[in-house]
Amino acid sequence: MPAVTVRDLTRRFGAFLAVDRVTFEVEEGEIFGFLGSNGAGKSTTIRMLCGLLKPSSGSALVGGIDVGRDPEAVKRRIGYMSQRFSLYELLTVEENITFFGGLYGLDDRALAERRAFVLDMAGLKGREHTLTRDLAGGWRQRLALGCAILHEPSILFLDEPTGGVDPVSRRQFWQLINQLSAKRVTVFVTTHYLDEAEHCHRLALMHAGRIAALGTVSELKSTFSTRAVVEVRTASPMAALRALDDLPTVEKTSPFGTALHVWLKPGERDTEPLRRRLEELGLAAESFEFVQPSLEDVFMDVVAREERAAV
Amino acid sequence: MRKALAVARKEFWQIVRDRRTLMILLFVPAFFLMLYGYALNFDIRHVRLAVMDREHNTDSRELLASFVNSTYFDIVATPTSMSEIERMMNAGEIRAALVIPEGMSRDLRSGRVAAVQVLINGDNANTATTVFGYTLAIVRGVSARLQLQLAGGRGAAPPIAVEPRIWYNPELQSTLFLVPGLIGFIVMISCVVSTSLSIVREKERGTWEQVRMAPIGTVSYVVGKTIPYFFVGLISAFMIIVAAMVLFNLPVRGSWPLLLFAVSLFIVGALGTGLLVSTLVDSQALAFLVGLLVSLLPTVILSGFIFPIASMPVPIRAISYVVPARYFLVALRGIVLKGIGFAMLADQFLALGVYAVVVLGLASVRLAKERG
Repeated sequence: MPAVTVRDLTRRFGAFLAVDRVTFEVEEGEIFGFLGSNGAGKSTTIRMLCGLLKPSSGSALVGGIDVGRDPEAVKRRIGYMSQRFSLYELLTVEENITFFGGLYGLDDRALAERRAFVLDMAGLKGREHTLTRDLAGGWRQRLALGCAILHEPSILFLDEPTGGVDPVSRRQFWQLINQLSAKRVTVFVTTHYLDEAEHCHRLALMHAGRIAALGTVSELKSTFSTRAVVEVRTASPMAALRALDDLPTVEKTSPFGTALHVWLKPGERDTEPLRRRLEELGLAAESFEFVQPSLEDVFMDVVAREERAAV
Repeated sequence: MRKALAVARKEFWQIVRDRRTLMILLFVPAFFLMLYGYALNFDIRHVRLAVMDREHNTDSRELLASFVNSTYFDIVATPTSMSEIERMMNAGEIRAALVIPEGMSRDLRSGRVAAVQVLINGDNANTATTVFGYTLAIVRGVSARLQLQLAGGRGAAPPIAVEPRIWYNPELQSTLFLVPGLIGFIVMISCVVSTSLSIVREKERGTWEQVRMAPIGTVSYVVGKTIPYFFVGLISAFMIIVAAMVLFNLPVRGSWPLLLFAVSLFIVGALGTGLLVSTLVDSQALAFLVGLLVSLLPTVILSGFIFPIASMPVPIRAISYVVPARYFLVALRGIVLKGIGFAMLADQFLALGVYAVVVLGLASVRLAKERG
């Protein structure tokens, strides 16, 4: 049985359709990413899945329980961590753990056991009595994660979990997430960091309340970019950028690090016109190379497509 | 219940850790009491008085002695002319002057009304009225005594009935009347502001959302959240009462358990008001303002704390019925000053109870709605 089954889930706020007939399934132990710009409907979907918001129509089964019918039962089975690492700053590490354990109704023995586990997992042993206020971002993030899984939920919701955290801590965090996933915990992540999305087993791209694309990272890259992307290296990228933009076989150009990316129009595979154009202008190119589109390319592509379809 | 206790414990840790706020909650009320207790004192003592005695006999000396013995007046000058009095009054050296004319004793003994002139600096109308009241009381006291003496000397005539009630009873200290109002006012403000801030702070920091994701009922949460503030409110209220006993000789004539009951009931209502405020606003700054507004204004103006309810226009009087301090004040003055028991205050307790139930109910409904 899938961990999460969503069928035609819809939520209206007055006349505004925040989530529009969303349908998907998440398997047990899967790391499932929800990608989309602000206002795409990610948060509204998560809030419905967590039992905070009633769906206008459609259904969502979380851990086999209908969220619309029994939100409280769903709350007992899920863990939730927000981007703000919602901990009490004036409480110590241990007091935060004790409080959240109490909130989920853990008895003393279970709490002692889970406290030891969380301190170990977050690397906070020896810092039990440090005020949370004084912890650095990475520790705080891991403590927040620990507090969210005190009651051993089978499904974990992470709402933009790595904002404002340094790259090393971010890497450690994803290692923890992978360990949870290996223990059959289903992890549901929303993010708008595209590099972070690469950690997910599967991704749903949301746009204007709908799922615009869904699949593994490589599936998305191969399906959604029928157009070739050429990475051009040249001594004067800005001049080259303007020169190539006008070519009839080129759809668009954009800087990419010290190089530039050139999207050819669908069906085009020839780099010759690019080379000729640059030579005419006396701009020597060092290399032309076909590259795999990044997730960002896919995302922009999907959004553009959806918008064309909406017109 | 276990979950409510977890919330209460957490809230308690937070309060204890936040030393500054705790100090504010516990000690500022007592400080306020001193500030207001002395500032709102309508009694005036040591009024600088000039005396021009043109009679110089035992009657006039008795009148002067009464002024001095009252402790309300200090005789600071003995001018010999009206122009001198005028100069002193203008210079602010004296606030009042007493002029005893020649022939006062003669008038008294021949049954005529003896006129004594009192000049009062009226630049502060309140002070002037009070000083006038003292003067009147003292002069009447003396004249009553003189009349009795005279009557006794003649043997036959019954003592003349002197005004039995005194306008400004020098013994009625206004502080004693004001302190119960101050207690209500301070408890209301500190409870409303502290609870509303504590919830809105969680909304601002995002911990509120985290708590909403947990399987805990609204009632458990509200109960857990208010328990620590209830005790803080109680401690602070009793510190004010003890401070008032020490500083202003406030008597507690009634029973302490009854006092505890009245204060508790009032605090629960105040906490409910704070919760309700927190469901209506989303920022700490706004919560503070709204909290202050709903607690301070009605408690000061509409509770009978300073302005008597009976003299308010009918529509305003109608509004005062929903101000809990109104009932609390009657109960508190009854217990503390009059020493009356439960039965006589049942109506006040009922009103306070109804208020507490209604605001807590409203707050719970609104909180439940917010939780989705």
